[in-house]
Amino acid sequence: MTDTTAPSATAQTLDRVVLRFAGDSGDGMQLVGDRFTDVSALFGNDLATLPNYPAEIRAPAGTIAGVSSFQVQIADFDIATPGDAPNVLVAMNPAALRANIDDLMPGGTLIVNEDAFEERNLAKAGYASNPLTDGSLDGYRVHAVPMTTMTIEATKDSGAKPRDAERSKNFFALGLVCWMFSRPVQPLFDWIDERFGRSPIVRDANRAAFSAGYHFGETTELFETPYVVPPARLPPGRYRNVSGNLALAYGILAAAHHAKLAVCYASYPITPASDILHELSRHKALGVRTVQAEDEIAAISIAIGAAFAGALGVTATSGPGMDLKAEALGLAVSLELPLLVVDVQRGGPSTGLPTKTEQSDLLLALYGRHGEAPLPVVAARSPSHCFDVAFEAARIALRYRTPVVILSDGYLANGSEPWRFPRIADLPDISVPFATEPNHTDDDGTPRFWPYQRDPETLARPWAVPGTPGLAHRIGGLEKEDGSGNVNYEPANHERMTRLRAAKIAGIAADIPPAVVDDPDPPADLLIVGWGSTWGPIQAALGGLRADGRRVAHLHLTHLNPFPVNLGEILRRYRRILVPEMNLGQLSRLLRSEYLVDARGLSKVQGLPFRASEIAARALQMLES
Amino acid sequence: MSDTTTLRPGLTRKDFASDQEVRWCPGCGDYSVLAAVQLLLPELGVRPETQVFVSGIGCSSRFPYYLHTYGLHSIHGRAPAVATGVALARPDLDVWVVTGDGDGLSIGGNHLIHALRRNVNLTILLFNNQIYGLTKVQYSPTSELGKVTKSSPSGTVDHPFNPVSVALGAEASFVARTHDMDRRHMMEVIGRAHRHRGAAFVEIYQNCNVFNDGAFEDITAKDRRADMLIDLRHGEPVRFGADRSRGVRLNAFGEAEIVSVDEVGEDALVVHDERRADPSLAFALSRLASGPHEPTPIGVFRAVERPVYELALQAQIAAATERGPGDLQRLIESGHTWEVPGPDGDGEQRVG
Ligand code: SF4
Repeated sequence: MTDTTAPSATAQTLDRVVLRFAGDSGDGMQLVGDRFTDVSALFGNDLATLPNYPAEIRAPAGTIAGVSSFQVQIADFDIATPGDAPNVLVAMNPAALRANIDDLMPGGTLIVNEDAFEERNLAKAGYASNPLTDGSLDGYRVHAVPMTTMTIEATKDSGAKPRDAERSKNFFALGLVCWMFSRPVQPLFDWIDERFGRSPIVRDANRAAFSAGYHFGETTELFETPYVVPPARLPPGRYRNVSGNLALAYGILAAAHHAKLAVCYASYPITPASDILHELSRHKALGVRTVQAEDEIAAISIAIGAAFAGALGVTATSGPGMDLKAEALGLAVSLELPLLVVDVQRGGPSTGLPTKTEQSDLLLALYGRHGEAPLPVVAARSPSHCFDVAFEAARIALRYRTPVVILSDGYLANGSEPWRFPRIADLPDISVPFATEPNHTDDDGTPRFWPYQRDPETLARPWAVPGTPGLAHRIGGLEKEDGSGNVNYEPANHERMTRLRAAKIAGIAADIPPAVVDDPDPPADLLIVGWGSTWGPIQAALGGLRADGRRVAHLHLTHLNPFPVNLGEILRRYRRILVPEMNLGQLSRLLRSEYLVDARGLSKVQGLPFRASEIAARALQMLES
Repeated sequence: MSDTTTLRPGLTRKDFASDQEVRWCPGCGDYSVLAAVQLLLPELGVRPETQVFVSGIGCSSRFPYYLHTYGLHSIHGRAPAVATGVALARPDLDVWVVTGDGDGLSIGGNHLIHALRRNVNLTILLFNNQIYGLTKVQYSPTSELGKVTKSSPSGTVDHPFNPVSVALGAEASFVARTHDMDRRHMMEVIGRAHRHRGAAFVEIYQNCNVFNDGAFEDITAKDRRADMLIDLRHGEPVRFGADRSRGVRLNAFGEAEIVSVDEVGEDALVVHDERRADPSLAFALSRLASGPHEPTPIGVFRAVERPVYELALQAQIAAATERGPGDLQRLIESGHTWEVPGPDGDGEQRVG
């Protein structure tokens, strides 16, 4: 299947974010805005700010007239404005929410001080019902945080009286936002020490509140993303905003619909994949069966059992869970059953950076199992692309009776973008028939069902689901005899089966779209090859490079195993190949070993996506070599 | 193929035997369990294609290969989870789990307790031979303290599990014990487990005649059974012994103890009640013997009704569907949507 969303121009402005702090005039919004700006400047961002406060020195507290706000746009390229619509809005009370919510972009992130949303404040702001509970904020990512309570609690030891302590809540908000955008914290502590050095109680209260906000983000795994849905020229059509995890859930539903199968989805809670479970568990009316399993191994095992019984078995996780699923994934390879395994990658190894993005599970997905256990791997390049990739993965899994790994990552999962959603009815039928008849005859004429009698074209084995009369059979993780599927340890048979399993996966290459290279004036002097979420920054870098008259091409891979059949031929057309990855060079290693080309890696493992400028700089360096 | 089984009256043991050669060691207790199940299935009136046997790894886990039913020989310890998936996708089928003391209580302990807790409609047969056989003589989580094996040359220092106690602690709705020397008893207990709605756990004392021969001989040998096995019967006072002179009563602490019926009188004996919602009585009975060398209760410890996991989930799906079947198109169009006009409209639109 091809993408339903055209590669839109989201890229130009991918690396920017617009943030607005809004609160009562007395809430210290200008101060935290300044601090955030300062620390972002230290961090090396370009930025532009827009303070906005009431003309009256003392507008009535809690009213719309008394709202003060500070907007800042941070970016990694030259920007001239503080931005139009904020991507993130911090609202300290109902009035601040009311005055600013219409500016927040659809799907944007809203952080509110939940404690301030009590009746009196709601009335002052003119709210008839509480927007936090009446559903009116459904189009946003809302984080309601009891900032006042937590600030008072955190500052208990500072010696500040509760009334005064409460005033530090702007630092709580600042701490939270600094966590979300990975700002360095030491400059802030230094500033607090200097500014409030003469009143130690206030200094300590502000320090404590800041830390509490920062830690709140960390421990609740509040996952934010500087991904932006920027102003863009979009092809005509009907759009909505969608995050990667949501698109993935919809893709699974669409695939099940066109496969005419029930979804059995089992997973164990893990950041940043849990939202897929949350979403799918809401759709019982679509027949979706979800299980919150006791652990990661159970999750994939349940999905395998469901696949054996004729359902679309799906599980999702992140890196640590992938490690745990490895053995069961090998079983699925051996059983040759359709299965979808989603890995929403995050920083590793071990617990690593649970809320930060990385692309370091590519080789794990390809090779992370004992024995020769090949399986197809596909990767999404943007949030909405997760829909297409889930559908494509299901198509492959069903047609070839194989587990397929879908790679997403933290940024795709939580980031969002406009999505020209498809008409479900227009998507292709991907259903496959279940076996209904014996497929083999014994020498004495007895009809038999042979579970490993393969389709000559796809090499897929028949899918005979329990309950089907006459086809009762036993399969397992032990090596099977080619054809009959009986347990078999013979040397030649094992080699034959190993090669058959490999040939089946390799053969999928003929059934996927050929790679398409974006090269307006071929052959360019440099080819940038990417996979996954580096798509945005690469496109952004490309825009700048081409504007400077550089001849640069871009090829972005969705299918990472098998590769498209024409990939080697394309690579050999270019003198210079650059592969930017958020790992230490996993795809570049594959390309080098597979095609003997001099693919050069550009690595970044900071839990943050590439900046376009980083890719452009490396590209220029290579072009001049 | 036309459905040859529907019209066939009365299936026999042969209809449930696969064409695969059985490869357990000669004399292994697994043979008698296999025979009991193959004889039981036709008695239950089920058809081969409606039965799914799921196993893990170990000697006992080869069981599915020898049955002419659907079967999945999975990986070590994970059979309860795999079986949960089968039951979830096809609640209409009968799903069995065949596991062992290492598979079910060591590497797969987590899955076992959660399958029991959820009350998935599974019939779980745990073959307990108190040893690792397939990997050749290491101690298992049910091996007695001090057991000398290849991996414990000085004797184990691990306290063993009592599988029945574990199952009761995991909120199992059906818990029973039987042994490989008594086919009739096995068939009766496993048959009841199969008829139970929800997760049914059966511990089967199984002799590994190669690596742990005679582990249960003290209580299962023909001439010892009457005195050493306490066959629990619902609604009856718990009595045993060749002359039925001994019985079980609960002491002031609620602990089960063995008494002489002559001394205390039959009225002092505990009357077995497998249907009690509270598992305390069943648990007390499970603690009566600390190993298979003292009088040991067998039979059904507990059999209570509890909502079945996959049926409860189906009911939620049915209720949601009744409120209106899902519409995927409407779902993906939910929330805020907007139109970007084509070239005939007023040009492309800026979004954001
Ligand atoms: S090792 Fe023991 S349990 Fe395994 S097949 Fe032989 S006798 Fe039976």
